Amino acid sequence: MPAVQETVEQVRAIDIDQYKYGFSTDIEMELAPKGLSEDIVRYISARKNEPAWMLEWRLDAYRRWLTMREPDWARVDYPQIDFQDMYYYAAPKSNAAPKSLDEIDPAILETYKKLGIPLREQEILAGVAPENRIAVDAVFDSVSVVTTFKEELKKSGVIFSSISEALHEHPELVKKYIGSVVPTTDNYYATLNAAVFSDGSFVYIPPGVRCPMELSTYFRINEQKTGQFERTLIIADKGSYVSYLEGCTAPMRDENQLHAAVVELIAHDDAEIKYSTVQNWYPGDSQGKGGIYNFVTKRGDCRGARSKISWTQVETGSAITWKYPSCILRGDDSQGEFYSIAVSNGAQQVDSGTKMIHLGKNTRSRIISKGISAGRSQNTYRGLVSAHRRATNAKNFTNCDSLLIGNACGAHTVPYIESKTASAVFEHEATTSKVSEDQMFYCMQRGLTQEEAIALIVNGFVKDVLQQLPMEFMVEAQKLIAISLEGSVG
Amino acid sequence: MSLLEIKNLTAKLADEDKQILNGLNLTVEKGQVAAIMGPNGSGKSTLSYVLAGREDYEVTDGEALLDGENILELSPDERAAKGLFLAFQYPIEIPGVGQMTFLKAAVNAQRRKNGLDDMPTPEFMKLVNGRAKELGISPDMLRRSVNVGFSGGEKKRNEILQMALLQPKLAILDETDSGLDIDALKIVADGVNAMRSPDRGFVVITHYQRLLDYIKPDVVHVLSAGRIIKTGGPDLALELEAKGYADIVGKAA
Repeated sequence: MPAVQETVEQVRAIDIDQYKYGFSTDIEMELAPKGLSEDIVRYISARKNEPAWMLEWRLDAYRRWLTMREPDWARVDYPQIDFQDMYYYAAPKSNAAPKSLDEIDPAILETYKKLGIPLREQEILAGVAPENRIAVDAVFDSVSVVTTFKEELKKSGVIFSSISEALHEHPELVKKYIGSVVPTTDNYYATLNAAVFSDGSFVYIPPGVRCPMELSTYFRINEQKTGQFERTLIIADKGSYVSYLEGCTAPMRDENQLHAAVVELIAHDDAEIKYSTVQNWYPGDSQGKGGIYNFVTKRGDCRGARSKISWTQVETGSAITWKYPSCILRGDDSQGEFYSIAVSNGAQQVDSGTKMIHLGKNTRSRIISKGISAGRSQNTYRGLVSAHRRATNAKNFTNCDSLLIGNACGAHTVPYIESKTASAVFEHEATTSKVSEDQMFYCMQRGLTQEEAIALIVNGFVKDVLQQLPMEFMVEAQKLIAISLEGSVG
Repeated sequence: MSLLEIKNLTAKLADEDKQILNGLNLTVEKGQVAAIMGPNGSGKSTLSYVLAGREDYEVTDGEALLDGENILELSPDERAAKGLFLAFQYPIEIPGVGQMTFLKAAVNAQRRKNGLDDMPTPEFMKLVNGRAKELGISPDMLRRSVNVGFSGGEKKRNEILQMALLQPKLAILDETDSGLDIDALKIVADGVNAMRSPDRGFVVITHYQRLLDYIKPDVVHVLSAGRIIKTGGPDLALELEAKGYADIVGKAA
């Protein structure tokens, strides 16, 4: 049909370059000299006024990193990264330890406002019910610019600050837990992160406390040729609960930028951590030029008995995603969950999944992964479920569904299952389907446009996972998925 | 002006050479129920798909005017917003998409295209619940995913529910009777009859006379080899039932 053909052409013409957050902020920055060396590691540590043990820790990691090789087992393909051709530290000049929001460069506040992240507590408070309040740690390039609602959180004993600040105010906690889940020797990017990490969030929930509001960190890469290496450390002490959300965006740039973060979660006896990510880094243009390399190590340690860690991720951005949020189920009767939606369009490449390591008795894990590939993208689920000898009665349920849109994309599922105990029960289900022309025609016959039809069908496909997100972000995530898939038909 | 005027419509599957519709002419007036009958492979379903704008078909000649406007250049959703509705022979399942979500998306998509605001949710709920009750659609069915796990009869009733909500100008029913037992057939027919009005036209595509006992047509057309070969009153359907298609098709050829 000529008319339909025309529509398809039009839709094709709107390529995926509709990234809403592609603006950059013009602001004077302080940059470390380009490249990576021991001096740069010392420079970063000095800028942050770190204690000597922290510098030693970083240098150890750096020396170790020099001996390591980049991992190449993931199903992603990109040119060699020149680690000497980027900046490892970039901070807004005006941001020398601001005491209050009034001291922060208005350009930065404006940036976050444009991103829909209000940082002024008065603005957040206006018209928001207390239970819906969200405390935000805003990280701009290498530094945390502000953390909101700190005082209020302090009343319940919750510590929520940038990790640099925590190093000064709670060095004993940082020292005790940092690197205890993701050791400095863990993997190439985690080791690099340990050497050069610049900032990130720190959360400590004291025993028995249910964190009174959602906590979140909003990461923004702004500066060119800059890597972002943040480190997040969340500790939920006995019987506590916290829900944490991470969001991220970056300007549209032709070059590739590296984001190599480390997130460590520790849940003690009966504690629960719910960690949600809405990852919307710049994905590059439709030809695969530019975009963020998102090489991230996220791991949670269910250290205590009956503890629970739940990862929920909505991954729509980044040129390349290499990320496996995992759970070590160490405590008896502990639980791990992984809910993932990974959307790839254009020339994006995703290799993502999880690891559920069952060490304790009666540990349970659940994996629900929904991959959606469109355009010429490649989307791989890679997951490991393992049970140690001690992990009697370990149970896992895995469900991996892939949805293909169009004929040029790929979906791959690579599950690894290892069990050393006869009493473990591991279930794995996987499906691959296509958005069918029948479904599209049915929806359009009822009046939905091509884009609306795709969004509706895809949102149906990911419903089980969307439901895991905090209420406020469900609608956001739905919209984000629709935007990411714009121009995917044709 | 006629509600639907099809002139010399010629169409084929996009990736095959064989013509399926061969210069088809058909007029449907407002307020009319036109039955289209014909043997297997005569082009009945193709006609409904071509009118609704399915991509797999290519129109090689002719036009189809809805209220005087040629709709063949429009996308399926634009045709829908202009008031064309197709009740599918095999309604499609959409896993994970709730019935209510789907119905609301459809109603509002059409309203927006016609310059109206979205229907307020309470009004929508009231409307759906009312229509669903008339069609014997249980609240449980409304909570499920679109057509997933529905029986054949439930799927067809669901098509009629959508028609009732969208209030089209022209409704094409593609073998809506297939797979229905007699009770379900009556419910579906009642749903259609309730919507008959002087402004609305129906094209009822069927193999069998049986459906036409419940939805009385004003006119019956016989389709064969992609063309209307005979037109008559309701009696024509009875005649076909008694004698079979071979007789008429033979005479026309």
